Amino acid sequence: MMGPASSLIRSGNPQGAKPYERFLLSPTAWGQLPAALQQETELALLGLWADATQVHACFLHEPSAEAVLASTPAAGWNYAALSPARPGAVRFERMILELWGHRAEGAVDLRPWLDHGRWNLRHPLAAKPIPFAGEAPQPEFLPVEGEGIHQIPVGPIHAGVIEPGHFRFSVQGEVVVRLEQRLGYTHKGTLSLMLGTSPRAAVRYAARLSGDTTVAHSWAFSAAVEAALGVTAPPRALHLRALMLELERIHNHLNDWGFVCNDAAFAFPHARCGFLREGVLRAVAAAFGHRLMMDRVLPGGVAPDIAPRGAEAILAALDAVEAEIPSLMQIYEAHASLQDRVVTTGYLRPDLARAFAAGGHVGRASGRGFDARRLPQNQPYPTLRFDVPLLETSDVDARVRIRVLELSQSIALVRQILASLPAGETMAPLPVRAGEGVAMIEGFRGECLHWIALDDGGIIRGLFPRDPSWLQWPLLEAAIEDNIVADFPLCNKSFNCSYSGVDL
Amino acid sequence: MLWPKLARALFAKPLTDNAPLVPRETIQALGERLAATSRARLGRSLAIREVDSGSCNGCELEVNALQNVAYDLERFGLRFVASPKHADVLLVTGPACLNMREALERALASTPEPRWVVAAGDCAVDGGVFKGSYAVENGIAAVLPVDLLIPGCPPTPAQLLEGLLSLLETEAAKK
Ligand code: SF4
Repeated sequence: MMGPASSLIRSGNPQGAKPYERFLLSPTAWGQLPAALQQETELALLGLWADATQVHACFLHEPSAEAVLASTPAAGWNYAALSPARPGAVRFERMILELWGHRAEGAVDLRPWLDHGRWNLRHPLAAKPIPFAGEAPQPEFLPVEGEGIHQIPVGPIHAGVIEPGHFRFSVQGEVVVRLEQRLGYTHKGTLSLMLGTSPRAAVRYAARLSGDTTVAHSWAFSAAVEAALGVTAPPRALHLRALMLELERIHNHLNDWGFVCNDAAFAFPHARCGFLREGVLRAVAAAFGHRLMMDRVLPGGVAPDIAPRGAEAILAALDAVEAEIPSLMQIYEAHASLQDRVVTTGYLRPDLARAFAAGGHVGRASGRGFDARRLPQNQPYPTLRFDVPLLETSDVDARVRIRVLELSQSIALVRQILASLPAGETMAPLPVRAGEGVAMIEGFRGECLHWIALDDGGIIRGLFPRDPSWLQWPLLEAAIEDNIVADFPLCNKSFNCSYSGVDL
Repeated sequence: MLWPKLARALFAKPLTDNAPLVPRETIQALGERLAATSRARLGRSLAIREVDSGSCNGCELEVNALQNVAYDLERFGLRFVASPKHADVLLVTGPACLNMREALERALASTPEPRWVVAAGDCAVDGGVFKGSYAVENGIAAVLPVDLLIPGCPPTPAQLLEGLLSLLETEAAKK
């Protein structure tokens, strides 16, 4: 059964994107989309972006896990905002206005986002950017009403070794009434550097969208390119990609588990997680020549191949992790003062998690189980056995537990992958031709969604890499409400959204 | 039982790695810089404030890893602090995004002299892969007076440690 929004989208003109079709809608048809989306709640918005002449959206039909893309012309005109129907659209619409200059008609919020008035041009990705030389305006924050409310400004430079961003807390006594994020500080103009280059040259930017997700973004980018060109990476490359993806999940989950405990003043789990993670990274360096596995996943495959003794090093490091998970979990569970800080803290309403289509541990701790590893095109996962843990308690504790459960699953996956590693090539040649592709790869935060359009010379004429954090940052604002200020670090770490990934 | 535990503790290898060796040339170059700017000695310990000028967060992962027990920083007199006001060293990552420029200037202004500025990672050195973008200065030297460059994408904790130790050695050499 197709809902009204799905039928509306599919009535458009197919544009040949693979494996999910993109339909071009007239401005009138697109204008009917918000109302149709209101009636079809299971069609989740995964991303919204643009190019010089069109606005593009990617939707996921939740029950079937089928994605579909919709576009509408926007050059010189406005396009109908989707934010009245999908709250996740708000930040995308703000970004589209700033980077491409297309204005969302009827948008919920169009305040500046990435553009702080510090670049010497406006609309850097528009056909004709406008030179700019003026004072940077003061940021505007949403008004908060109530008695005795005061504001706490935090950042962009934070006290810990983390990325820069500004948080504006409105508090009443100790309780947070509203948190508003202001990001964009790490905007590097990445899309402008990728456009007009070849996929082989651009993949190094995909690897640096968010360093902690370098494997997932490189893979999603490469998979989108391969889909566009009708190329399949060799089986050995696919296994090596999955191996690296699970290792990336393991080192990040260990890191964040330790940090959550540390934020509740439990330094011991932090020290142990840090040491175990160091062991994993050293094994990874021995296997792949880089501690974070940057620049290993490339369009067409993987290079270089795993080092001869790499598998042994990885298995030994993971044995150490696995052996210690139960005792660390016991410490985590047995200390009332630690449990007191994490249980019921940062509760995220499950209906909000669904409305924003939150992925990864944020979604799975709130009952939304989508995992891109389950998609049939994401080989080799359909040949591997693994569970996707799901909880519904929706608090800091649930997000930590999902990560710990995923740790064990990922360790088991690594062993399966290494035991069944096919022999052969790790690179397939890339033809030079036009094409359009979409891919979703499950990073440790959730699915990384990449869309790419290549022209006849195989050059990138359009692209968008959507980090999962786009849909999770706004939920952090919701989850912190009614919590005390002192619990913010815990909530924040339990989400651990990427700044660089969304600042682009 | 206490005895088996004691025996294990006695014969187990420590978790901590050996200290890396610092190249003579680096210390000499830094020593000249120190003399030229006639900075007062800081003593054999350094408080470090890490500042991200818009990195991809890869550098932050490695700076955080540097603080794990395998590197045990405090044995060298190195420690990370929460505010530039408490810092002797600004360890800066990222290409210096234009959106971070003012914050960088303010961080420097809050760091008491004498102080060192270290550019960590290829981005901080010259913009790295982001060189030439409309949104970045090509490296933090465009905003801050840089004393030491630690290249790498990202630099490993061992490389970061080597760089920081060279600052300590330079301080110690200049009596
Ligand atoms: S040097 Fe490399 S790891 Fe560090 S911020 Fe730049 S791109 Fe990321």
